[in-house]
Amino acid sequence: MPGDFYPRDRAWHPPALAPAYKTSLARAPRRPLVALGQTLSETTGPVFGPSGIGPLDHDLLRNHAGDGPPIGERILVHGRVLDENARPVAGALIEVWQANAGGRYRHVNDGYLAPLDPNFGGWGRTLTDAEGAYVFRTVRPGPYPWPNGVNSWRPAHIHFSLLGHAFCQRLITQMYFEGDPLVPRCAIVNTLPDPAAVERLVAPLDLNAAEPFDALAYRFDIVLRGRRATPFENRPEGS
Amino acid sequence: MAGRLPYLKETPAQTAGPYVHIGLAPATAGLQPGGPQPGAEIAAPGVSGRRIRIEGTVLDADGAPVRDAVIEVWQADAAGRYPHPEDPRAHEVEPGFNGWGRVVPDLASGRFAFETIKPGPIPGPNGGSQAPHLTLWLVARGINIGLHTRLCFADEDAANAACPVLARIEPHRRPTLLAAPEQPGPPPVYRFDIHLAGPAETVFLDI
Repeated sequence: MPGDFYPRDRAWHPPALAPAYKTSLARAPRRPLVALGQTLSETTGPVFGPSGIGPLDHDLLRNHAGDGPPIGERILVHGRVLDENARPVAGALIEVWQANAGGRYRHVNDGYLAPLDPNFGGWGRTLTDAEGAYVFRTVRPGPYPWPNGVNSWRPAHIHFSLLGHAFCQRLITQMYFEGDPLVPRCAIVNTLPDPAAVERLVAPLDLNAAEPFDALAYRFDIVLRGRRATPFENRPEGS
Repeated sequence: MAGRLPYLKETPAQTAGPYVHIGLAPATAGLQPGGPQPGAEIAAPGVSGRRIRIEGTVLDADGAPVRDAVIEVWQADAAGRYPHPEDPRAHEVEPGFNGWGRVVPDLASGRFAFETIKPGPIPGPNGGSQAPHLTLWLVARGINIGLHTRLCFADEDAANAACPVLARIEPHRRPTLLAAPEQPGPPPVYRFDIHLAGPAETVFLDI
């Protein structure tokens, strides 16, 4: 049986309290996280099979379409999910959500004046294959204003949720687009302390993966926590 | 200069934002992508174990309810087994026990409630046993990286006292992880509020 997962590098992830992102002030725990050794409760997690995934779940161009495709730039978002040992994570559940091409979410709490697109839901999910690979088809989301400052705009982004093989690998992040001038101006992006971490969330244009006369492509590779090859020996001799 | 190690770095986290329901709980957002809400049932009716209900609210530093959070639950069955290939007893888990659930607080009040079965004691480090618990993970707007915590049961005095994991938490903060019996039921109701900050801040874990 494999061993513990490598500790999370908390200096690489955003801190809980990031004052420029104002909402974090009321919602950030102020006390340090308590470090516990991993047990079966942390090194296991839900297992998902293909039977729960519909054939259009990964295709946001079609999974909410009524009388035609959604408005916007047609894109593929694809990549691989690896662990920190650079091994593929097969069978990971990826769930995505995003605004439509005008920057409007199909959500009861979004009141932005840009219109909903009747043919776009902004929801998708898929499982990674044996090589850790995945692909979504969608439209490029629009930027939108948000009430952090008086003139704050989110860069175009797609939210990604990942469930790997263990609950301690659980991750939510956001993917941004190469060349978007709003990325360095965003208070949520700037919760990341290290510019190298920001770079990891900016998907480059991948012309080789584009579908000619159909859709451009962006590449977004994701890394989940990896683990020791063997259990850490902390048991007394003979047990 | 030293050489480079071959490890990759984990993808950095970003907040789930206010529209997390579209992705994780589409029916709550008003979307109907077909099929049941993911994680709607931790344990199907009829699965062995004592059925319980957990109720609570996520509260911010000011004590105000957080109305746009999503909570995930991961737990063992009544005999302390996980439906996962690394649990040596996984093959004994009954069909219908998923162990995983998504809990979506009410968008207006912030209150949440879910039903499950009470887990059994779970194998711990060095042959020991952990007190019955649910592993929880919570995301919301304003939370930059998902928060892990545990829910243990206030009516499990002996198991809690012997739990090697609870033992690593300062005694005065342990009550933040204890769900309190509130109504005898059926099903019996336990109350578990999660305080993101403030005097009663819940213990969050680096796991």
